[in-house]
Amino acid sequence: MDEGRPIFVQIAEQIEDDIFGGILAEETQVPSTNEFATFYRINPATAGKGVNVLVDDGILYKKRGIGMFVATGSRKRIVQKRREHFEAEYVQPLLSEAHKLGISPSQLATIITESSMREEAQK
Amino acid sequence: MTAVVEVTNLSKRFGNVHAVDDVSFTVAENKIYGLLGRNAAGKTTLMQLLTGQEFATSGTIKVFGQSPVENASVLERLCFIKESQRYPENFKPRHVFTTAPWFFPHWDAEFAARLISDFKLPVNRKIKKLSRGQLSAVGVIVGLASRAPLTFFDEPYLGLDAVARQIFYDRLLEDYAKHPRTVILSTHLIDEVSELLEHVLVIDEGQIIIDQDADELRESATTVSGMATSVDSFVRDRQVLHRSRIGGLATATVGRLSPEDRTAAGAAGLELSPVSLQQLIVRITGSAEQEVEQSA
Repeated sequence: MDEGRPIFVQIAEQIEDDIFGGILAEETQVPSTNEFATFYRINPATAGKGVNVLVDDGILYKKRGIGMFVATGSRKRIVQKRREHFEAEYVQPLLSEAHKLGISPSQLATIITESSMREEAQK
Repeated sequence: MTAVVEVTNLSKRFGNVHAVDDVSFTVAENKIYGLLGRNAAGKTTLMQLLTGQEFATSGTIKVFGQSPVENASVLERLCFIKESQRYPENFKPRHVFTTAPWFFPHWDAEFAARLISDFKLPVNRKIKKLSRGQLSAVGVIVGLASRAPLTFFDEPYLGLDAVARQIFYDRLLEDYAKHPRTVILSTHLIDEVSELLEHVLVIDEGQIIIDQDADELRESATTVSGMATSVDSFVRDRQVLHRSRIGGLATATVGRLSPEDRTAAGAAGLELSPVSLQQLIVRITGSAEQEVEQSA
């Protein structure tokens, strides 16, 4: 865990990443709070808080006596959420750094286009 | 919340030294507590009072609802692992583990055997011939395998290397997950244990100055850095825990910031970074950073 953000937020993001990346399929069981705690070496209460964030968001749901499962449609919801945050998390910092370097938004657009063309060519 | 420890206006004086000075707090059941503070802050005295090994000068202590002093029904539910536990002359670790179940009704011999092999502890060597780290391992094994409902570890790992400390943290967490109990861990290695803790008590000059959920405490401070003039104007009306300056750049540690504060800081070109539990405590207990042992 990095010191950057609250640990329970990082746990929630890690689980989201795994759902997003297809490692945790919808309607499959996720590891228990205690398994998360021992794996990441954190207090089980903290791990539980991370899991509860996702339960509140409807990404995970509880089957009584069995455990936590990935909700149907959760991957789509995560994609939706990440798209909403894309501008604030990626575009704004990019623009602010470009501004400091004297790169105008239109020059930046050119750089992005050229860079993605080079990446395409390499595939 | 069930309280396993309730302390009210507790004081302990040695002559005119106030080792514990009018403290009140509770300890909730089945949480891992960090009892943190500088040397001579009163950590050990407090644990000795809670385990009935010292008499209070004034105030009351209830452990599992009763006074711990000379009280077998309380004491059999406690385990106190001290930094410098003494053992009878000619004792070997094997004797310690054989006699442990007499004192600890929840003793798990199988778990103890696994820990002995994890720590590669020579059980048939005389205790006085053990290295400092091996001696600490004896205490750690007793503390874990006793599964006492209330376990105190007072600087349990003097001389334990980084690998052995990691084994301790891993086993503690695994076993705590399976057998929840209340653990009070006193240590200088705050960064190492920070993520294991659910609640933090900080004692300074005999007084409890922080009694807070660990996650909340971690979020309670932020370091602001950037141009000195911008930093100065941002922190002007705030309580500043720490401040430093290099040329035109400055950093300042301040309390909790609202989302609006964060936006304002971003707009002013300031960088925000979190403060580790260790940094926070060093800053609050207000003294030179080198006084706190850095984690190896």
